[in-house]
Amino acid sequence: MVLDVRGLTMDFGGLRAVDHVDLQINDGEIVALIGPNGAGKTTFFNCVTGMYTPTAGSVTIQKPGTDPRTITNMRPHLITAQGLARTFQNIRLFPEMTVLENVMIGRDCRLRAGILGAIFRDKRTRAEEEQVVLDAYRALEIVGIGKWANETAKNLPYGAQRKLEIARALATEPFLVLLDEPAAGMNPQETRDLVGLIRRLRSEHNLSIFLIEHDMSLVMTLSERIYVMDYGKLIAVGNPAEVRKNPAVIKAYLGEDVSA
Amino acid sequence: MSDTAQTIRPTLNRHVDFARRSLLISIWFAILTFPIMVMRADVAARSIVWRWSNLVWVIAGTFVGSWIWRVALERKKNGGGNPSGPGSRGIAAVRARIAILTRQRHFTLGSFIVLAVVIGIFPFAGGMWQTNVMITALLYVVLGLGLNIIIGLGGMLHIGYIAFYALGAYSYALLNQQFGLNFWMALPVGALIGGVASLLIGIPVLRLRGDYLAIVTLAFAEITRLVLENWADVTGGTAGIRSIPRPTIPGMRMTLPQTTVFIYFTMIALVVFTIFVVRRLENSRIGRQFVAMKEDVIAAQAMGVNVAKTKLTALGLGGVWAGMAGVVFAARTTFINPASFSVWESIIVLCTVVLGGMGSIPGVIVGALVLILVPEYLRAFVQFRMLLFGAILVTMMVFRPGGIIQKRRRAYTISSVEKQQAVTESGDLSIEG
Repeated sequence: MVLDVRGLTMDFGGLRAVDHVDLQINDGEIVALIGPNGAGKTTFFNCVTGMYTPTAGSVTIQKPGTDPRTITNMRPHLITAQGLARTFQNIRLFPEMTVLENVMIGRDCRLRAGILGAIFRDKRTRAEEEQVVLDAYRALEIVGIGKWANETAKNLPYGAQRKLEIARALATEPFLVLLDEPAAGMNPQETRDLVGLIRRLRSEHNLSIFLIEHDMSLVMTLSERIYVMDYGKLIAVGNPAEVRKNPAVIKAYLGEDVSA
Repeated sequence: MSDTAQTIRPTLNRHVDFARRSLLISIWFAILTFPIMVMRADVAARSIVWRWSNLVWVIAGTFVGSWIWRVALERKKNGGGNPSGPGSRGIAAVRARIAILTRQRHFTLGSFIVLAVVIGIFPFAGGMWQTNVMITALLYVVLGLGLNIIIGLGGMLHIGYIAFYALGAYSYALLNQQFGLNFWMALPVGALIGGVASLLIGIPVLRLRGDYLAIVTLAFAEITRLVLENWADVTGGTAGIRSIPRPTIPGMRMTLPQTTVFIYFTMIALVVFTIFVVRRLENSRIGRQFVAMKEDVIAAQAMGVNVAKTKLTALGLGGVWAGMAGVVFAARTTFINPASFSVWESIIVLCTVVLGGMGSIPGVIVGALVLILVPEYLRAFVQFRMLLFGAILVTMMVFRPGGIIQKRRRAYTISSVEKQQAVTESGDLSIEG
């Protein structure tokens, strides 16, 4: 089990955005979290990655081959250093930096150089910097946008920006990647490419994938297990076929009156 | 014939439109300036003198000015002028030639040598007044480059920067008065005090951003000034501290002009040192963290950047240069009092960064030189000095909002061997996937 979330709850004032959610992801699994708009999916992501401090509950991660660690209340950059990387629903690149520099920021938590290293440029710092460029470029090649390495990030086409976000997440050396609506705004061809990419990440880079997505065809073809949320509560868990038939899910998506 | 008629017609219409708008503007401006430009109270005669000729000048001047302004704005909107126009083609050709020249090594080297010679001759050719003006300008270059670390790289709108300049100046003055520390010993101490103070002030404002940070830092600058003013036992209050020794080479007696030249070269050395350090910081992991934090804090921390530490690093580093500049300032004027460290000074430093180009080292240098030297050399037009200065600032911000010299991101070269290696590695994957 790479991720074990127990009883996660998040209140915003009087509003309970996430209500006692339990969720587990096994090593090498592709798991999707779906639900209508406003169900609390992104809030759940933000709690897991430390962007929000959850009101109650616990988040435990276990990097394959190591002991489990509780990361509840840990600060986001430390969680990332533990091996949990994420992308954002509304692309959050560093728009004025080059594509390569964006990915180099992803490497940041694996670097050691400090102020003195920057000023004196000792041998170790120089070696580290050379290695960063190389590692970052490799991450770009994995998602297939290496040719744009020196472009300014904001000038990339939309699909490539999404890929760049994934490359940046990969650069942090994660074992679990959280993708928040990776296919949003993509055309069918780009979505197919994305499915290929996510499968490759799992099979070739031994990553576990946890994604939020509204594109049902992508969710159904890609994920092994699906969690469904509505009004902050978990309403169903299961494989695609089970979830598709689940009356609670159909009710949440289509409303009361429609009979399954 | 009809072709030319078609191209002329819209141009003509546009200029008619310009004329109409310019006329309206000039009437508005005439009304606005009516009391000061036209009316004058003659105290002796107890009557008002009406200077109608001034009205004509104001209207005519504003009309022409507004017209030029509109034409210039339109050229800017069309991407720096009509591409087929002869004038812009000339500019483009010059730009291209400059670009080719700067890529040649001996040209870069040559311009460096010329610059070094000019810098070296300047104090001897220019005289005392010129040298003193240049020292002031260089102080602002150092301040600008320091603040640039905080604002241009780190993206934190800091308006209290001058407080650390004051701390540097007072630490030299007081350490000299109480313990007899000389300039060279005080320089690193001032730098340390500036940096540490900036860091300590940074801790409580870590959560603040943008305008909130600006207000808090502004308040901090005022608090510092008020403390310096009222803690009279130590700081001498509004009277300040007098007869602070000028920097010297130990064991040498120097006349005042010699000292001035010496301070000038000290400042040049400090500027070169600052450029060196800031450049290295910029092209390092720290520099990347700064820029990432400036562009998107949330994404930066999600990608593993320790934002709190990065902010404090930027603040601390910025404070170091303010402290050093402060020590030189105290040594150079030999007299300091709180009035030298008003918020206005902070604003000037902020202006050098914004005017020159945020995050760009040559930009900030040019910005500081323009901002300090222009008002000095405009002293000939005493009455209109600040007015002209304001006009230059506004014009700059409209036509080059990114600053005089805009920051360019560095491009990395990846050797073809490494590229091939990366491609094959990921290529293997895509075949199976």
